[in-house]
Amino acid sequence: MTAIQKRIFINKIALGFSTLSAIIALAFLFWILGVLVMKGMSALNWNIFIYEGAPPGYDESGLKHALVGQLILVGLATGIGVPLGILAGTYLSEYGKNSKLAHTIRDISDIMMSAPSIVIGAFVYAVIVMPMGHFSAWAGAIALAIIMIPIILRTTDDMLQLVPGTLREAAFALGAPKYKVIKDVVYRGAKAGILTGVLLGIARVGGETAPLLFTSFNDNFFTTDLNSAMPSLTVTIFNYAISPYADWQQLGWAAAFILSMFILGLNILGRIILFVGKGK
Amino acid sequence: MIDKIFFNFTRFSALLILVIVAWIFVVLFNHSLEAMNTFGLDFITKDEWAPNLNKFGAYAAILGSVISTTLAMLLAVPVAIGVAIFLSEIAHDKVKSFFGISVELLAAIPSVIYGMWGLFYFVPIIRDIFGGMGIGLLAAGIVLAIMILPFMAAVTRDAMNTTPDILKESAYALGGTQWDVIKDVIIPYAKAGIIGSLILALGRAIGETMAVTFVMGNVHHVPGSILDPTTSIPVTLANEFTEADSSLYFSSLFGLALTLLIMSFIVITIAKFYFLRKARRA
Repeated sequence: MTAIQKRIFINKIALGFSTLSAIIALAFLFWILGVLVMKGMSALNWNIFIYEGAPPGYDESGLKHALVGQLILVGLATGIGVPLGILAGTYLSEYGKNSKLAHTIRDISDIMMSAPSIVIGAFVYAVIVMPMGHFSAWAGAIALAIIMIPIILRTTDDMLQLVPGTLREAAFALGAPKYKVIKDVVYRGAKAGILTGVLLGIARVGGETAPLLFTSFNDNFFTTDLNSAMPSLTVTIFNYAISPYADWQQLGWAAAFILSMFILGLNILGRIILFVGKGK
Repeated sequence: MIDKIFFNFTRFSALLILVIVAWIFVVLFNHSLEAMNTFGLDFITKDEWAPNLNKFGAYAAILGSVISTTLAMLLAVPVAIGVAIFLSEIAHDKVKSFFGISVELLAAIPSVIYGMWGLFYFVPIIRDIFGGMGIGLLAAGIVLAIMILPFMAAVTRDAMNTTPDILKESAYALGGTQWDVIKDVIIPYAKAGIIGSLILALGRAIGETMAVTFVMGNVHHVPGSILDPTTSIPVTLANEFTEADSSLYFSSLFGLALTLLIMSFIVITIAKFYFLRKARRA
């Protein structure tokens, strides 16, 4: 074999391995998706949306409690996290800019984005659940909001910086005060980007289980009381999946399917908005 | 006037991040003081975890975290690099966007679902092949590897894509094969970025709770082999936090949480501020 033939041979082997690893990765991931869709679809029926949790063995058991609880928790977290995240991002992009403080905040918030979410749960347990003496939807929502803020902050900061400085200057030249410039020019210019960031942030916390385990805890019954333990889809999946009862496991798969569709939907919607916004 | 109020609102929100992070450290530290005072260094070097005897040593959990993450990295890194090479250099544009989108969507699937899949579909396979319970370090490592793979492949691909085309083209002009270009141009050029991405994925794997809670076993002893059930820091927290009945027990769990937070902070900081910053400057 000549040197060139050898190099071509090595090239083929290396590229072959790389393609093989891509196929392996995809196979595993489609295996998981396949299981999720098959199991989830077969477990879906109307009862799931009509009935709340029941002891194993009952026909009239569903996931209404967890679906509503999930919406309440994620809704509250969004209500707390999104305004704070957007305001903080605004500060970094419009006021802090390249100051030392702004950079420190960016760095710390970047680290927070990858911090273990269960630790946030432990923190919220210590500062909210312990003093109150009981689990609550508030505690769960605050834990989720803490996870959400860095994500929203980061996208807002990035998206606002994309708005051209000349637009701001033009508005200033018309005599607009800074808050008006930000509200009417900068926010308007970055609308699509911020919305995408918000959707991705919601998608991210929607799938979180760990920080809810000991903040909002779980409950097998329907409740809208924000001061009591609140069921969520994620914790319900966990509890039902590790239970030894076949019908609970079945419900767990249905919950997993609904949750995944919800999160994938948010992700896709976010991408579409960004795509359409860019196209303009 | 409104200007001032608006400015103060934004500044308050931005500073809130710093306050929360500092607060998390202070709270976890304060709550773990009791355990630290009682056990001292034994807390991280002893593996006896016996709530009924009020003895808490986190060695097994820390070891479980380290081994399961290492295992996941060993399995995921070669595949992730392969996928990244495939995506950035080999695949045609159509395949690329299909692959790219599926990888990113899969990264969005909640980790609790990976764990559930692992418990029902993967644990039986391990049990059939290797015997034993199936639940344990190996299962945890594999599920963790599958879970971080999409994220890892995506960020590694992004790092590789930063290589300027002109560098690649000049190597091709010299008669390099695709593999020559990958190995001698792209990887050296994007090295810092690739390493940073891999470490960032490691940082996520350490703190991952739900994917491994199902398949780890939560047994507090140092495993004899990777087939043994054991525990890790997040698994212990997830299983025992709501069961803790004494203040020392609680304090030990907070100590575990603090250990985990410090571990992941260090890993993420190294990834972001050493490698990725270096990559951006280059």
